[in-house]
Formats: sequence, C-alpha cells, structure tokens
Amino acid sequence: MPKFPKDTAHLVRMAALFLAGLALFLIARVLLVPKDFHELGHFRTGALADNMARPIAFAGREACESCHPDIVDERKGSRHAAIGCEACHGALAKHADDPSRLKPVRPDAQKVCLTCHLEDVAKPKTFKQVNPQEHMGSAPCNACHKPHHPEMA
Amino acid sequence: MGIDRREFLAKTGKFILLTSAAAVAWDFLRAGRPEAAPNYKLQSHWWAFAIDIEKCIGCGNCVRACKTENDVPLEPYYFRTWVERYHVPNGNIEHPEVDSPNGGYDGFPVRYTPGDGSKNFFVPKLCNHCAHSPCTQVCPVGATFDSPDGVVLVDKTYCLGCRYCVQACPYGCRFIDPRTMTVDKCSLCYHRITKGLTTACCETCPTGARALGDLKNPKDPIHEFLRTHKIQVLKPQLATGAKAYYNGLDGSVR
Amino acid sequence: MESLIHGVEGFMYPNEIELQWSILIVLYPYLTGLVAGAFILASLERVFNVEAVRPTYRLALLTALAFLLVAPLPLQLHLGRPERSFEMYLTPHTTSAMAMFGFVYLWYLMAVLILEIWLDYRKDIVLMARQSTGYLRQLYRAMALWSDNISERSLEIDDKVGRFITIVGIPSAFLLHGYVGFIFGSVKANPWWSTTLMPVVFLFSAMVSGIALVMLVYMVASWKRGTLMDMRCLDTIARYLLYTFIIDFALEMLDLVHRIYEADESFKSLDFMVHTQLYVPHILIQIVFGTVLPIALLGLVQLVRLSERLRKGLYVTAGVLTLIGIFAMRWNVVIGGQLFSKSFLGYTTYKLEFATREGLLPAIIILLLPFLVLWILVRLLPPWEREEPAG
Repeated sequence: MPKFPKDTAHLVRMAALFLAGLALFLIARVLLVPKDFHELGHFRTGALADNMARPIAFAGREACESCHPDIVDERKGSRHAAIGCEACHGALAKHADDPSRLKPVRPDAQKVCLTCHLEDVAKPKTFKQVNPQEHMGSAPCNACHKPHHPEMA
Repeated sequence: MGIDRREFLAKTGKFILLTSAAAVAWDFLRAGRPEAAPNYKLQSHWWAFAIDIEKCIGCGNCVRACKTENDVPLEPYYFRTWVERYHVPNGNIEHPEVDSPNGGYDGFPVRYTPGDGSKNFFVPKLCNHCAHSPCTQVCPVGATFDSPDGVVLVDKTYCLGCRYCVQACPYGCRFIDPRTMTVDKCSLCYHRITKGLTTACCETCPTGARALGDLKNPKDPIHEFLRTHKIQVLKPQLATGAKAYYNGLDGSVR
Repeated sequence: MESLIHGVEGFMYPNEIELQWSILIVLYPYLTGLVAGAFILASLERVFNVEAVRPTYRLALLTALAFLLVAPLPLQLHLGRPERSFEMYLTPHTTSAMAMFGFVYLWYLMAVLILEIWLDYRKDIVLMARQSTGYLRQLYRAMALWSDNISERSLEIDDKVGRFITIVGIPSAFLLHGYVGFIFGSVKANPWWSTTLMPVVFLFSAMVSGIALVMLVYMVASWKRGTLMDMRCLDTIARYLLYTFIIDFALEMLDLVHRIYEADESFKSLDFMVHTQLYVPHILIQIVFGTVLPIALLGLVQLVRLSERLRKGLYVTAGVLTLIGIFAMRWNVVIGGQLFSKSFLGYTTYKLEFATREGLLPAIIILLLPFLVLWILVRLLPPWEREEPAG
C-alpha cells in the first residue's frame, strides 16, 4: 500500500468506510438473495412452482364425465351439453377425489336456471330468456324442463 | 487489507458472471418443475384468452368460480375477474352507462327496459396478461413477472406491497389482498392450466363467451377465433401487448 | 368497505375504488423535495459563490439531512410488507424507477450530503472532540474518523474535495427529485400523471419549497436565538425564491394550457375532477394562495422599497403559503391521480382516517419529526459559527 500523505489520512479512512459498506452490501446480496433468482427473468424461479401448486376447487368436466356417463348420454344433443357440470353444480374437485366423502347437494332449479335465463335487455337476442311471471307463474323450471336436456320435444 | 479487497472484487466479478450465465443455461433445464406440474414444458405454451362479447349473458358464473377457485376475499371490492354491463343510449358511445354491482358476483339486477333505442351488453374483464406489461415493468423487486409461457404472475413471498404495479395497470386488474398485504390478480389459473385443465372461469362459463387459448398449439380453437372475427384488445393505444382478445368490442367499452 | 362504495360517483373499475397511495405517499415527494431545494440553495453559495446566502449554508445542509433521514419513514409505513423493503437493494428491477430511486437516494445521502457536511464541518468536529468529554467526546471522535489532523493543508484538501462533491451534488439533487417526478410521469396508465413535464415540474416545485423552508428556518432560528437576521442574505434568498417560483408557475401553467388545448380522451373527466373534488386543494390552495399570492408578495418586495420589518413579515407569509401550496401540489398529483376512474366514467373519494397506519396522525408526526432531527443536528453541529453575533 502506497504511503498516503498525512494530510489526506482522514479521506482514506472515509474511502475505506465506503468500501467496507460496499463489501457488506455484496455479502448481504450473496447471503440473502434467493438462490433461484434471475434464472429465467427478473424473478424467483420458485414462484412458478408456487403458482402451480395451489389447491384445485373445480374438477373440470372430464372428471365428472368419467364417472357419470349416464348424464353424458342424457345431455347428448342438447344445448346444455356445452356447459361444464360445475357451472350449475358448483366446485366439486373434493367430490371427484373422494366421491363418497362429499355428496354434492342438488342445486335449486329455480335459482340456477334464472341465473342465466332471466330476461335482460343486455343479454344477446339469440339467447333463450324468459320473464318468469309470464312464462311459468310460480311453477319451478324443472316442472316442465329437464335440466340436463331442457329442450322440449 | 489489499488482499481482502482483491478477493472481494474477484468474488463479485464471479457472482455477476455466474448470474448472467445462469440466466441463459438454466432456461433449458428449467422446463417446469416436476413436483409441481408433471410433464409441463414452459417453452411449449404461449397463453392467451378469447372473449366473445356477443355470447356473454352476464350470469356471473365466472366471477363466483374465480373467487372460489382462487380464494379471493369475498369482501368487496377485490376481483381477479369481473363483468361490466354497458348501456349505450342512442349510439352515444362517448357516454355509456356502466355498472358492475359487486363485480357481477350476484348477477345483474334488471335495470333497463327494452325498446328505448339503446344498445346493451356485458363485458367480462380480467388480467390481459400483456406481452409488454406495464405492471411488471414497474415492480421494484421482481415480485411480479412475465412467465416464459406468457402469464403475468405474482410471487407472494417476495411482494413488498408497494402498489406501484396496481397504479401502472391500465385495466384495473390488480388489488392488494388485505390478508397478506401483497398484490393479487388473475393468474390465468396457472395451477390448473399447467395440469391440462382450463381456467375456473372458462370451466363454468355456460355460453363459451370466455375461452382460454394456447397460441403455440396449432390445433387450439383460438386461432380460428382470431381469424374469423373482428378482434380488438382493451386500450390498444397504450401498446401493452394485451393478450385478452375481444370479439364484438364496442367503441364505448373502457 | 361497504361505505367506500357510497363514495363512488359514476363507474369505476371495481379494484380502483379504494385508493392505493395515501397521504404518506404525498409526504414522500414533499420531504425529498424539501431536501433537494435546501441543497440547491446551499450550492448557490458553494459553487456559484453567491456570498450573500453564506449565513444559511450550513443550516441548509443540516435541514436537507434532517429531512432526508426522515423521508424513508412514510414509505416504510405505507408498504404492505415493510420487512421486505431491503429487497429493493438486493434484487432491484432495473426497469423500475422506484427500484433505481433507492440507489439514487442512497447515493445522494452517502456520497453527497453526508460527505459534504462532513468535509465542511470536519475542523469544527475535531475542535469539539478536543473540547468535550465522555460519550460526546467519543461521538465527535468517531465522527472525525479518529483523525486529529486539522492542518492548513488538510483543510485545503477538504475544501477542494468538498467543492467537487457539491458540483456533483447539484445534478444529484436534480436527479433525486426529478426521479420522483419520473416515478409518476412514466405511468402511461394514468393520464393525470403521465406527462414529460412531470419530473421538471416536481423539481422546480421542490426547489421552491426547499428555499422557502430554509428561509423560514433561518428566520425562526435567528428570532429564537435573539440574533440579527442578515437582511442581505434574506433578500437574496427571497429573490431566488421568486425567480424559481416564476419558472415553476410557468411550467404548471404550460401543463394546464396544454391539457386544455389538446383535450384528449381523459380531459373531460380530469376537468370535472379539478372543478369539483379538487377545487379547494388545486385551484384555491395550490394555485391562488400557494403560488399566485406568494409570487405577488415576493414580487412586491422587488418593485417597492419596503421597510425591513415589512419585508420580514412578507417573507414569513410568503414562505408559509409556499410550503402549504407545494404540499397541496403533491396532494393534487398523488391523491388527485387516484380520484378519477381509468374508465373516465367515474370518481371515488379519499377517506383519510386519523389514527391508523396511513392516517392523518402519523402524517403529522412525520412532518414534525424532521424538525426534531434538525434540532438534534443543530445542537450537535452548530451551524452558527460563521454568523454575526447578536448586536
């Protein structure tokens, strides 16, 4: 180390202080930055796995159809065949995993049917919608329509 | 003192080199983490979303399903996805009346009468998973990011809750989860799509108004959708590279 | 949360209804602005040799330091996870203005402000170390980095290095506050914020507030100590305040006129907001009482010969109005930018609570804290050495 003139010793000490700070910062970086950071981009690769690992609530129609082929048959040819089962029956992944454990409750036809089919000027004209009073009075929808195949002969 | 300094400089140099080399090399090795999603190859997908306004009936199934699937707080007003209803009186696209009662969670109470010369329709909204997203650009730490397969995700363990990304999103998709005080938003049901399922909102949409799409899959119906309809994205002038493609997007839609 | 919905007029995207950035985020640019302004006033003397303002040189530096030390506090209180804030330094995202600002702040604090204060005070620190005892002596010795050398040559070197640091410090101060402006100005999603002028407007309003602050602190300190106020110094500071104010006002009017003229898609919504919710904070407090009136008062002093007593009164009035006005400007930018919907179809309201983490009470405490820090700094490093004693 070259000998600094005595009159600048304090400046050298200040510089040393700064370098020490920088060194501490670099050490902190090595110790604290997650090991998988910045592998694929400016993020922690593990976050991808974290996002993948969330629990699933909706089983998906394929799961339903694998155990309920009778319903699949019933829906053949109906407009309702395009609708996922859980759209009306709610989230059923727990039931699909262990069918005996969670028995799904039959949805209230009135409530579920009108969720979609209640007449509203904002709905597309081609979509079947009704004014309940005019259409059926106080009768429930499934008095005349089968939910899995609602088209009337 | 001198030797220590040299050592530190060397360590730093090595660290910087390694990090940049890793970014390139690991790209190939990190094709999905087997324990989280078996057989999922990040490079094989480029996720997008197709929304057909002409099919949306405002039933709110998507809003409810999303809240169930993703554990979104029920207390208003936090939504990963929501539905808006537009009422455009007499073609006045500059002054539509818009409402989104509880985001459409409970459906829409009947409000407008037919025959008043107005145009009415529903518009589902969600994170657009922009290819040049302004939200990931401003995150100070890398807690929100663009995944290699085109999904904008949040790292809940890393987010500071500074809310800069919430400010930067032009579409209002983001919110702060009051339980963790970190940011949350539509993750395109990443935990589902990486396992071959579709998103919760698409699963429960009865009319097919919402559809997940994989642009890298040549057989995906989204290609047909994009080719045969007049397609628009929200706020195209901001050049966010939004990947939620709308059919039937009226000029009044914000 | 239910009550928030009642504050909504028209339509807002559901997630927009609750404001994201609170009064704490109004405070942050306010505090850093005062820092930048105070420093630039100090630089006038050091670099541009405006000898008249010398009595406020050290005071301005200490004021800048006091406010800079408190500035991170509102940010920490605001963060959802403040314990993770160090991540900004460990894995800064280089495309994020907020992340890079962390380094600008650190650079300014360490490499500019602390170094400059240290170099200017070093002789006095060593002298005070020699004269004091006990803990205080240890503190002063540590502050001097255990150097006892105050020879002519060492002080000459200090002065040269100090001068260099001040020269570097001026663009650093510009960067410090220009960056804050950029944090807002670069958000294309928000038309109230997104303008190229934002960093420039922020910077000039920062200078205005900082100069006013130092002027007021000097007047109050002199009054409390019973010392003579150097009128030549005060008059010069007031003049610089006036010049800077005129530029600041011109820039803000330019932004306003530009918006009105171009009248883009956001204009109607913003215009309505300024005329209703922001009428008092923007038109009345920021523009009329916070800018036009101080400019008029300061301009009056330049045009008409007034007595010393009258000038002092005008300076105090103008100074206080300026500080309130610039706070209102920050409020109007931060809060105003969140009151309207990005759909341009609605508005929400800001619920400012009192004793919550982001409420009025912590805001008041944060505003008062720098004065406490300044008081401690002034006791530790008296800035009065080179002043004229009481007459």
